[in-house]
Formats: sequence, C-alpha cells, structure tokens
Amino acid sequence: MAKIKVVHYINQFFAQIGGEEKADYPAELRVGEVVGPGVALTQNFNDEAEIIATIICGDSYFNENLEKAKADILAMVKEQNPDVFIAGPAFNAGRYGVACGTIAAAVQEELGIPAVTGMYVENPGADMFKNQVYMISTKNSAAGMRDAVKKLAPLALKLAKGEKIGASAEEGYMPNGVRVNFFEKERGSKRAVKMLLNKLNDKPFTTEYPMPDFDRVDPNPAVKDLAHAKIALVTSGGIVPKGNPDHIESSSASHYGEYDITGVMDLTEETYETAHGGYDPVYANEDSDRVLPVDVLRDMEKEGVIGELHHLFYTTVGNGTAVASAKAFAAEFSQKLKADGVDAVILTST
Amino acid sequence: MRLEMGHIYIKDIQFASESKIEDGILYVSEEAVKAVALEDEHIKSVSFDIAKPGESVRITPVKDVIEPRVKVEGRGGIFPGVISKVDTVGEGKTYALKGMAVVTAGKIVGFQEGIIDMTGPGADYTPFSQTLNLVMVCEPIDGIKQHDYEKAVRFAGFRVAAYIGELARELTPDETKVYETCTIKEGLEKYPNLPRVAYVQMLQSQGLLHDTYVYGVDAKKIVPTILSPTEIMDGAIVSGNCVSACDKNPTYVHENNPVVHDLFEQHGKTINFVCQIITNENVYLADKQRSSDWTAKLCKMLDLDGVIVSQEGFGNPDTDLIMNCKKIEAEGVKTVIITDEYAGRDGKSQSLADADAAADAVVTGGNANQVIILPKLDKVIGTLDYVNKIAGASEETLREDGSLEVELQVLTGATNETGFNKLSAR
Repeated sequence: MAKIKVVHYINQFFAQIGGEEKADYPAELRVGEVVGPGVALTQNFNDEAEIIATIICGDSYFNENLEKAKADILAMVKEQNPDVFIAGPAFNAGRYGVACGTIAAAVQEELGIPAVTGMYVENPGADMFKNQVYMISTKNSAAGMRDAVKKLAPLALKLAKGEKIGASAEEGYMPNGVRVNFFEKERGSKRAVKMLLNKLNDKPFTTEYPMPDFDRVDPNPAVKDLAHAKIALVTSGGIVPKGNPDHIESSSASHYGEYDITGVMDLTEETYETAHGGYDPVYANEDSDRVLPVDVLRDMEKEGVIGELHHLFYTTVGNGTAVASAKAFAAEFSQKLKADGVDAVILTST
Repeated sequence: MRLEMGHIYIKDIQFASESKIEDGILYVSEEAVKAVALEDEHIKSVSFDIAKPGESVRITPVKDVIEPRVKVEGRGGIFPGVISKVDTVGEGKTYALKGMAVVTAGKIVGFQEGIIDMTGPGADYTPFSQTLNLVMVCEPIDGIKQHDYEKAVRFAGFRVAAYIGELARELTPDETKVYETCTIKEGLEKYPNLPRVAYVQMLQSQGLLHDTYVYGVDAKKIVPTILSPTEIMDGAIVSGNCVSACDKNPTYVHENNPVVHDLFEQHGKTINFVCQIITNENVYLADKQRSSDWTAKLCKMLDLDGVIVSQEGFGNPDTDLIMNCKKIEAEGVKTVIITDEYAGRDGKSQSLADADAAADAVVTGGNANQVIILPKLDKVIGTLDYVNKIAGASEETLREDGSLEVELQVLTGATNETGFNKLSAR
C-alpha cells in the first residue's frame, strides 16, 4: 500500500536556520526533505506515512506578510497535494503558534486537505484556532517534543485515512467546542468519587464538562399600551393540532410548527394535543389551553385588555432540543412575527 | 446500620412447570408469574418472555428494570411501603439475584419509553443487555386512564420481582458483602480525621412517567431528607419513570446505586460516608427553591466536607442541579456533580440548560443526542408501533431495511447520571 503523504510546516528556529535574527526568513519549500521535528514525527508514523516536503517560514515573515505568506504556502501545499498537513508543534512560541493555526486552518478550508497542529494551551494561537483545526495540547517548551509527536502523528494518520476521530481526552487535542462521546475506563460514580477526593484534598482535578459562558437574555421592558398591542403566542410545550400534522419530534425537535388559530376560541381535547415527551401529557391533552392559553387571551381580546391575538402561533418541543436548533427556529419565526406587526410575544414553556 | 448483602448468581432462566432456583438456574412457572401479574384488575393480559445477552432481541417500550431481592433477616421487607409493609429497612440480611432482571414493557404514553437491545451497537450502551431478562408485556383493560395503567404496570413488576426474589430465601449466597454506616456521634469518634461525605441524590419527580417513590411516597411530595445508604439496597426507592429512558433510573439502578457502592468502598479509608440525602426535581419554582435550600441546609447541619450530587433527567432538572450545587458550595461543602449532556446531534450546543461557576467538578454520562443506527434484530419483545414517537426518535427512525436511526436517548440507562456506566464525553 502506498504511504500516506504528509507536508510538514515549521519555523526558522526548528529548521535550525536561526533564532530571532532569522525570523524574517521567507517561505521556502524543501521537497523530499525531512527537517527538525519531522524526524520524530516520521518515527511515530510506523511506516504508514512519509513527509514528502517540508515548508519553512520565519515567524516574523509570516505574521508581517500574512496574505502573501499564506498564499505562497498554500500554493506550495497544493502543488504537493498531500493526504494530510501538519504544522508545528509550536509549544509556547506565540507568533509560531499563530502561524501554525493560520496556515493549518487555511489548508483545511481552502484546499480541503485535513490539517493538524499542536501547541501549548496558553499560546495565543490556541484560542484563535482550536475550534477550526485539531490542535494537540503540548507542554510549554520543546522539551515536550516527544510527547507531542506521539499524539500528533497518530491523529494525522487518522485524519488522512478519514477515520472517526475520538474525544479530545482520547486523542489529545484541545477541546474544540464539539462534545464527543467515548467510553472511559472506569464507571462515572468511581470517577466522581476520585474527583471528590482530589477536591477535598486540594489536589488538582479536571472537570469533564467545563461550564460554558451562559447566554442569559434580559427580558424586554414592559409593554406600555397593552390595549392596542398585537400579542402572539409561542411555546416550547409542544402544543399542535390533533395528530401532530408536521410530526414534531417528542424530543430533540428538528423543526417548529406554525398554525392558524383564526376563529379558534378554545383548544379542546378533540382539536389539539401536545407532542412533547418530557412531561406528563395527560393534562395538556385534556385542555391544551393549559400550555398555550388561547382561551384566556380570547377573553382578554373581548374585554379590550389586549388589542388583538395574532392569528398564527409558533410551537416546538423544548425537550432535549439543542440550543442551536432552538436559536435557529426563533431567529426565523421572529422575523415572521415582526413582519406581521406583532408587538409582544407570550412565550410559554413546560 | 449494618446490612449483609448475599449475592446469588443466576446463570440461566428457563420456563418450567414449577418456579425454583437450582444450581444457579432460575426456573419460572409462566402460569404462576402470570397469576401474580394479573392480581391487578387493571391489567387485561400479560405475556412473559426471556431475553438473554447476545441474542438478537429488542425489547420496547421498556418502563422499568428490577433486580429481584428477598429480605431474609432484619426489619421490614423488599420494596417497603410498596410491596412490603412500611418498616425501616437497610439492616439485617438481604439476598439479591445477580445477573438477571425483571423488565416491564407495554404501551403507556407511547413516547416516553425506552429500548433495550440484547446485541449489536445498542447493547454497548444499555447496561441491561448484560442481564438475563425476564420480560413482562402488560396490556391494560379498555378505557383505563394512563396514570392508572402506569401504576398497575409498576406494581405488577414489583410483585413479580418480589415473587422471584422469594425463591432465593432458603439458598446460600455465592458471595456476601457487608455495608455498615455509623451514627453521627460514632462516626465522629471513629473517624475523627476523615472528611465527612454524603451522597445527594436528586429524584425525578416531574409527573407521569417522571415519578419516583420513597417508601411508597411520591417524591414530588417529600421535602429533602436523609437515609442510611443501605436502605436503597432493600428497595426503599423505586422508579416510576422512563421518559428519555437514557438518563432515568430504573429500580435496578436504585437497588444497585453505584455512587452508594463506590462511596462505601472508601468508607473508613479515605472518607466517612455519613449518609444519603434525597431531594426531588419538581417543576414549580417554589419547590425548586425549597428543596435546594433544604438540601444545602442538611449538608451544613451534618457538618459535611464534601458531597456527590447525582441528577436524574435533563432540561428542567438542570436548574435543580445547579441550584443544589451553588447552594451546597456556598455552605463551604465541596461538591462534585454527575449529569449527562444534550449537546445536539453535532455536539456543538450548550450541554445543560443552566450553568454556574460553582459547578467546577462535573462528571458526565455522555451526549444523549448522539445518533446511533440500531440494526434490525430478529425478534421484538413488545412492539415497534411507537418507535417513531419515543423521545429520541423521529418520523425517519424506522428505516426501510428495518433498522432504527435514533439518538442514544432511546436506550434505557445509556447516559445514566448516577455514574452507572463508562460512557462519557469531552
């Protein structure tokens, strides 16, 4: 079987051209040469892959001539047409890290060639690019080369072969915002006990799910003139016309429904139901007004408390539905609500 | 309290004319177990079947999984307040039939139940692919309300499990384990230098098929309280829930609660395992506030140094989890929480519906939205009639070749939040 073809990118320092004084070294392609860390990488390819070319570029040159350097290097990579592109590892060298991230992401996006890099977690290139390319987490100096290539080489092979990439904890890349399942060696309760013992003894521990920056939305100011306001109903409680005509899923909904309630004064057991699988549906099915209060709003409409109840309502199932899906649904129907001149929305959840 | 747990290993289950356990083989008289199940007038008919690990069998819609046990010494009986009379359990001697389970199935709501696959990729995720399962499919009488049907099936499962457990009363266990906790004062004297640790268990209590019972009391109606961790081994807590079956605790998980067992492993060595604190996950804000306040208060009153908090369910209970964690940490008690994730099919969404910086030590049971293809299996126990509707399925679930495209959500126990499994995510 033919070996996997690798193009490797390194800076002037790791190419042993020089330090800071040579950082203005322009991009250079060395076909058929394995340079610096490429040797260690090759040892870890287990004869499955070979470096067919090394690209060397000075850190200052890359960052000061970003567009030109990027274009030149992309052209070099394109010409070599490798199965996978490896940049670095850059450890804690800031400009080198940014260059590795930039070029690896560009190779992947613009040439469609899988790319991987590696650096220290505090390298500025990490935060900039870890969500765009797989980035092996390394120590903060070149003393960590052995460990770094041990992770970098196998991940590059997997990417080249198009194999399934495991979780960050298994493969050694930095968490990239995509949660991936895998089987741990010990059951969860045992891991929890160990974590607690470490926490109690002030020893380091690593949470399995770092808390995200939570997206809290401030409520809008109160509606001043309710008597002339057009009010719409929106729910994540899954109220749908009987029979769930659009087949909204009972959990992890893939879409929302838009239904006309012109002339509907009351939701009854015969006409509406819930599609939601996350709560006791008995009471919502008996009287869907409990979740989507059409009857009460009709009364208020009659009494002049509100101006008007909008003739369409929007509904989905919140149960197990990804935040990204919910956001996308709302972004779409909010535009419709605005276009229909709706002044305020009552959003009910369950 | 001191409880001796005798384990009797079941190697096979067979139908026979007489029910008995002999040389590790459970013989079941179908007639006898049917009679036990049909004691309730709400059940029209019941059929029994056996599913073994590795067989090409799919069980659905699954409601509960129960490990048969029998109390042979000490106060009370198995499932107090439910099957046995109310009496405090957790001391004396109890036998458990290991390697097997009673599984209840049948339509109740139709989209809140789970799947157990005995082979294939699904079997890697549900822990109940590893047990010999005596499955009972219950049909209700006509015109019955869902709540009554649910209760009838729940009780029928416990009656059958108790009947099977009773067969072990005179046997000699293959293995015996002893679990013992101290009173507050004893613990302080015996382990003056060990950190005081408790297990805070959040019980699902959101409504029909989201209920849990403690000594027969609906957990919606409890205020947080404390148990000796041995009480659960006698069935003090039982399940009445299976919606999004991946992260609900079947009765089997309560009986074998892994946090309790793994804390006992460390008891007297690295920690003093003081007690189990139970709380609920009601849907009303006032209940959430009261329960989390009380849970934190109990942690303080017990002078705890650390707790493990386990959640049950997701979404709405995420708020209870974070409230508990925040308030317990605010009392100076170090906290580890166990949850699972709904990060979307692509894994890119926020995993929990709530978050707080105090939750800095999290164990996860994995992303329940992960899609999995379950191949067609030779036999279905129960029915596939509802398989496109259960939580974690869609209109496209049942494919032309008979395979199922589903989220892990549908698999009973797959992302359990008591840390029952090895599945995780990063």
